[in-house]
Amino acid sequence: MKSNLHMYVMAAPLLTAFLVNIFGRNNRKVIAPLVLGALGLSSLLAITVLKRTLMLGDLSYTAGAWTPPWGIELLVDPLSALMLLLISAVSFIATFAALPCVKRDLKDRQHIFFTLYLILITGLMGLVLTADAFNLYVMLEITSITTYGLIAMGRGRASLSSFNYIIMGSVAASFYLLGVGYLYLLTGTLNMADIARYLPALQGSAALATALAFILIGLWIKMAFFPLHGWLPRAYTDAPDGAGVLIAPLMTKVTIYLMVRLMLTFQSPTFSLISMDVRTLVIWAAAIGIVCASSLALAQRNLKQMLTYIIIAEVGYMVGGAWLANEQGMTGTLLHIVNDALMTLCLFLAAIAIAYRTGSLHFDHLKGLYQRMPWTMASFTVGAFAMIGVPPTCGFYSKWYLLLGGIEAGQWEFVVALIFSSLVNAVLFFRIIELAYFGSLQDSEHHAHASVQQHEAPWWILSPLALTAVLLIVVGLSTGPLVNNVIRLMVPVGF
Amino acid sequence: METILDHVIAKYNYWIYVVLMMIGFYAMIGKRNLVKKLLGMNIFQTAIILFFISSGAKKGGSIPILDKYAALQGQVDVNQVVNPLPHVLMLTAIVVGVSVTGVALAVMLRIYRKYGTLEEDEILHKIENE
Repeated sequence: MKSNLHMYVMAAPLLTAFLVNIFGRNNRKVIAPLVLGALGLSSLLAITVLKRTLMLGDLSYTAGAWTPPWGIELLVDPLSALMLLLISAVSFIATFAALPCVKRDLKDRQHIFFTLYLILITGLMGLVLTADAFNLYVMLEITSITTYGLIAMGRGRASLSSFNYIIMGSVAASFYLLGVGYLYLLTGTLNMADIARYLPALQGSAALATALAFILIGLWIKMAFFPLHGWLPRAYTDAPDGAGVLIAPLMTKVTIYLMVRLMLTFQSPTFSLISMDVRTLVIWAAAIGIVCASSLALAQRNLKQMLTYIIIAEVGYMVGGAWLANEQGMTGTLLHIVNDALMTLCLFLAAIAIAYRTGSLHFDHLKGLYQRMPWTMASFTVGAFAMIGVPPTCGFYSKWYLLLGGIEAGQWEFVVALIFSSLVNAVLFFRIIELAYFGSLQDSEHHAHASVQQHEAPWWILSPLALTAVLLIVVGLSTGPLVNNVIRLMVPVGF
Repeated sequence: METILDHVIAKYNYWIYVVLMMIGFYAMIGKRNLVKKLLGMNIFQTAIILFFISSGAKKGGSIPILDKYAALQGQVDVNQVVNPLPHVLMLTAIVVGVSVTGVALAVMLRIYRKYGTLEEDEILHKIENE
């Protein structure tokens, strides 16, 4: 069905980005209402889009009224509507916490920060909406370039981390573009649905396999899939707090969604790749990645750095789950995209709340935090339980699907890696909980204050954190309807 | 031996694209100077542009500016006209490449102001000593 509705979701942050840049320059007070207003509007519209797609089917918008496959089509089906809602909701929640952090860290550059911030969100939405392979490349670069800028605004060695990310990110995008080039040579079209139409006839051609290999490797670098993850930990640790809280939950997850979307659209070549040994190879890489990233997380002594390695392990979960190529695995992956975005958001919000008050995230400075910041640490505990996979929280359900998928496919290495990683996560988080709960303040340099005072993070950071913690449980409890009404619709029968 | 040479000569533009790409890749991975890395990245992107443009070229093809009425009546021989779409795509890719280079140069400027050098070894050395 033709519709403009989903364009407004994307247009709101894009147009506001310019308004923030123009009016925020002289008057900083307008930035917060503008950004929050735009993202709130996007979230509301995204809910409407999701409802409409569930009732009426796919909505499509053709840019400049050029009919596809010649023109660029922006298509939204229930799954992309879900992603759209996820992006707008996560960014809306994250913005509350980003505002005070940016005000403190980047006094005179707030308007520049939020211009990039909003364009990044627009790019992420564009990635989810577009139905054109080349347009996807442009959107990928829009998100990447804004991310480079945001990361470079951080302190310390942020500029060097950003530069390494620029090099890796450009290689990734170039690989993707090259893959699209091969697909274009083979099919003569760039519309993804149209490409998919020609692919069955090209079964088994070497050029097609090359094209898909280039595209997949490009996306794997962008999502930091294990052996290609080098750029991520430093880039995400050094990013300013206000940017990390948006980038960490969304960037990798949206890229994984893109991989799943391409696998579902280009089914016939994907199936032939699966029937070859590629599937085993990818699942082994995912399993090794999960184990290595979890082990590396154990070695970290800084909360934020530890979280970045957990993100890499989670990428392994989702890539492995998608390549299990059965219904349970695919359902688990899609569900985990949603859950992992929320879990990462919760943990990063907790991390910046702690950093806002204590100024450091090193493990030695986390002692006695339960007494000083009880609400922050309570929410952190919920996030930690979700990451470990404790039942009422959402992390449990998606992991359950992934495990079922692994068992069904007989990929035991993946099952073992998942269980290993859950155990490591338990160790990681209980170590922090122990430090923060039982570690007494007297041991650290704070012994000057005899009485411990409660000193919570400001309301702007605390309330989104508490909201996300509640969301983790709510989403966990509503897994049934989410899977049956949205995700199962998109998982093809053959899987 | 002759057959391989013929193969290379017949599709020399694609071979050049592969060679350029490898040069760029080597510069990005092997060089320790950040400017050289950035140049490598540009060469890499240029190689892909060459690949796309090659795909649109035709022997003896003319520019794709067509007479509307002739085109509508199907009198245009497609083999006589260069395919314009890859060129248009590459215009966008060039713009993207320029933006990435711009951001990279700006970031590099910050690195230079902070550490006073653009050699990766020296920067890492300085970070360790901080």
